[in-house]
Amino acid sequence: MSNNANDREVIVSVKHVDISFDTGGKKKFKAVSDANFDIYKGETFALVGESGSGKTTLGRAIMRINPCSAGEITFEGKRISGKISKEEDRNVVRSIQMIFQDPAASLNERATIEYCVSEGLLNFHLYKDENDRIAKVDKALQDVGLLPEHKSRYPHEFSGGQRQRVGIARAMVMEPKFIVADEPISALDVSIRAQVLNLMNKLKAEKNLTYLFIAHDLSVVRFIADRIAVIHLGEIVEIAESETLFEYPLHPYTTALLSTVPMPDPLIEKNRKHKVYDPSVLDQSGAPREMKEVRPGHFVHCTPKEYDEYCAKADRLEKEKGVR
Amino acid sequence: MSENRKIVLSAKDIEVQFRVRDHYLTAIRNISLDLYEGETFAIVGESGSGKSVFTKTFTGMLESNGKISNGSVMFHGKDLTKLKTDKDWEGIRGAKISTIFQDPMTSLNPIRTIGSQITEVVEKHQGVSKAEAKKQAIEIMERVGIKDAANRFDEYPFQYSGGMRQRIVIAIALSCHPEILICDEPTTALDVTIQAQILQLIRDLQKELGFTTLYITHDLGVVANVADRVGVMYGGQIIEYGNVEEIFFDPRHPYTWALLSSLPQLGVKGQDLYYIAGTPPSLYNKIQGDAFAPRNEHALKIDFKQEPPFFKVSDTHYAKTWLLDPRAPKLEKPEVIRDLHEKIKKMTDKGGAFHVE
Repeated sequence: MSNNANDREVIVSVKHVDISFDTGGKKKFKAVSDANFDIYKGETFALVGESGSGKTTLGRAIMRINPCSAGEITFEGKRISGKISKEEDRNVVRSIQMIFQDPAASLNERATIEYCVSEGLLNFHLYKDENDRIAKVDKALQDVGLLPEHKSRYPHEFSGGQRQRVGIARAMVMEPKFIVADEPISALDVSIRAQVLNLMNKLKAEKNLTYLFIAHDLSVVRFIADRIAVIHLGEIVEIAESETLFEYPLHPYTTALLSTVPMPDPLIEKNRKHKVYDPSVLDQSGAPREMKEVRPGHFVHCTPKEYDEYCAKADRLEKEKGVR
Repeated sequence: MSENRKIVLSAKDIEVQFRVRDHYLTAIRNISLDLYEGETFAIVGESGSGKSVFTKTFTGMLESNGKISNGSVMFHGKDLTKLKTDKDWEGIRGAKISTIFQDPMTSLNPIRTIGSQITEVVEKHQGVSKAEAKKQAIEIMERVGIKDAANRFDEYPFQYSGGMRQRIVIAIALSCHPEILICDEPTTALDVTIQAQILQLIRDLQKELGFTTLYITHDLGVVANVADRVGVMYGGQIIEYGNVEEIFFDPRHPYTWALLSSLPQLGVKGQDLYYIAGTPPSLYNKIQGDAFAPRNEHALKIDFKQEPPFFKVSDTHYAKTWLLDPRAPKLEKPEVIRDLHEKIKKMTDKGGAFHVE
C-alpha cells in the first residue's frame, strides 16, 4: 500500500452523494448525506457501520439500484449514476457484481447450481456455444473451490460455506472488475468465515479485483481491508488506511466502535470498557462539517474547531506511539 | 470452588432423536452437565452442533418430531424429561426456567402493545390484579433501561429499536424471577454497539437477582465477556468443558484449538486465516470414534475407531480427546493461540490496534 494515493488509479469515485427515500409524506428521509470518497483499483475498501447507518444503501447506489438525489458516482472515469445509455448500463451491470449476506436467500432454491452460476452469462450472451458456457461455469466453480460435478445439485444440498462459494462463483463468472460484498460472512459460522475471507483474498490477488466490503464487524475488516470508511447515521465520519484507523482513531464514534470489538480473552474482555458514543462531545456551535485531511490519506468529518482538536489528538497519539 | 456450590440443574446422559421422514437423526449424543447456582455457563459451537436442541430439553420445547430417547434432567428433585403436557410444565417453563431468543422481533407479538405482553406474564404467573401487574411491568421496564417507561407502555414492538425490543424480551423473561435464564444467541441479531450493553444488562441483573445463566453462542468474544464456565459442543456432544480461563488459555481438544485459531481478531493481514476444512458430520449416521476426526489434522488412528472418554485435565477441566491419553504423542496447540493472553494484551494495551482510551 503506497501512501502516495495520488499516483493510484481510481476505479470508483463517489462524489458528494446524497441518497433520500420518500416517506410518503412531504419530508424525505435522507439515508446518506454527502458521501465523498474514491476507491482505488486493486484495493479492498471497507464501509463499516451499524445497521441503519446507510452502508448498504451506498453500496446499492454504486450498483445502480438506489438513485442518488445529489452528487454523482463514476466508474472508470464515466458517470454511472442517474440516466445513462442502455449500453453503458449493461457494461456497469456486468463489470460491477455483488456478493450478498445470506447465501440461502440469494440463490434460487429451485434452480440447479449450473443455472444459478450461468444466469448472468445467459442474460448477457457471454458465451460462444454451450460448451463454452459449461467451461466457464466449471472454471468459476473451480476458482471458488467447488467441483464441476456440483453443477447438477440444488442450493439446499450445500452447507452454508459452500453456498456462499456458489454466490461468489456467480459473481466471478461475469469477470467483473469491481465487487460489492455486502456483509458476505455475517450469516456464516466462525470456522467457515475464515474460508470465505481467504477465498476472497485469493481471488482478489489472482484476478486483480477491487472490493467494496460492507461490514459491521471491525475485527473482520481489520483483517481484510486496505482502507476503511466509518459511517454513522448516513454520514461518513472517518476514512483512513486500515492500520492508521486502528492505531490513530480520531473521531469519537470510531473509538466507540473499536471498543465494542469483543476480544477472545476472558481476563481482558471482562474488564474492558465499552464506550458508548455520545454525539454531545462534538462541536455544537452549528458550524458546517466537511471531510478534512488531518494527515495524508486520513480524513475526518469535522468543523474547523474540531479539525484543530483532531490534529492535536493525532500529534499526541503519534508522540505516544512513536513516529507514524 | 465449584464442589461446594449447590447444583440447580443436573442433566445426565441426554440423548435426543428427531424423526425426519423415515430416518432417525441423533442430534444430542449423551451429554451430561451440572449447572451451579448463580454461575454463567456458556455453550459454544457451530450451527448444527446441537447447542439449542440440548437446552430445549430443559424447557420441554423440542419440536414435535423430536424426543428425549435417553437420560434425565433433574431440577428441584423432579425429572424434567418425564413431563409431557403443557400443564406438567406449568410453574417451570417461563417461571423457573426462562429463555431469551435470538431475534426479538419474532419473540414479541407485533400486533399487541409492549405493556400487555409483559403484564400478561406477570398476571398469569403471579396471580396479581391488573393494576398491580401494570405497576410491576413498568418497574421492570425501567429496570431493563427503558426510559419514560410509563409512556412507552402502550406502544407496539415496531416503535422500539432492536436493542430496546431485546430489553423487553429480557424484561418478560425476568418478570417471574426465574432461577435459570437461558440466553439463546441473545445478541446475534443486534448491532455491535448494542451487544455490549445487552450483555452488561444481563450481567447486572444476574448480580442483583442471583439467577443462573446459560448462554448459547457461536461467538467466542461473547463467551470471554460473560462466562464463568464453558462447554464446547461438536456433533451433538460436549467435547471439552472447564473454567473460562482454562478453555481460552489451556484448550486441549483439537476442535477447541481450531475454533480459537479461526478468530479474525488473531488474523495477520496478508496471511491466510486459519480455517477448519470439511463440514460437520451428518447426524443421520452412527458416528464412529471421535466426530471431529475427519476434519482433524492431528487425528490419531484410534480417533476413527473408538470414541474417546473424558480425560481429566484439572478438577474443573475435562476434554474428550485421545490426545490426553498417556500413550498418545505429545502435541502442542497451534502457534496462533499460544500465549493468547500476551497477544491480546498487546492488542488492547496502549499502542495496540484495539486499545481504548
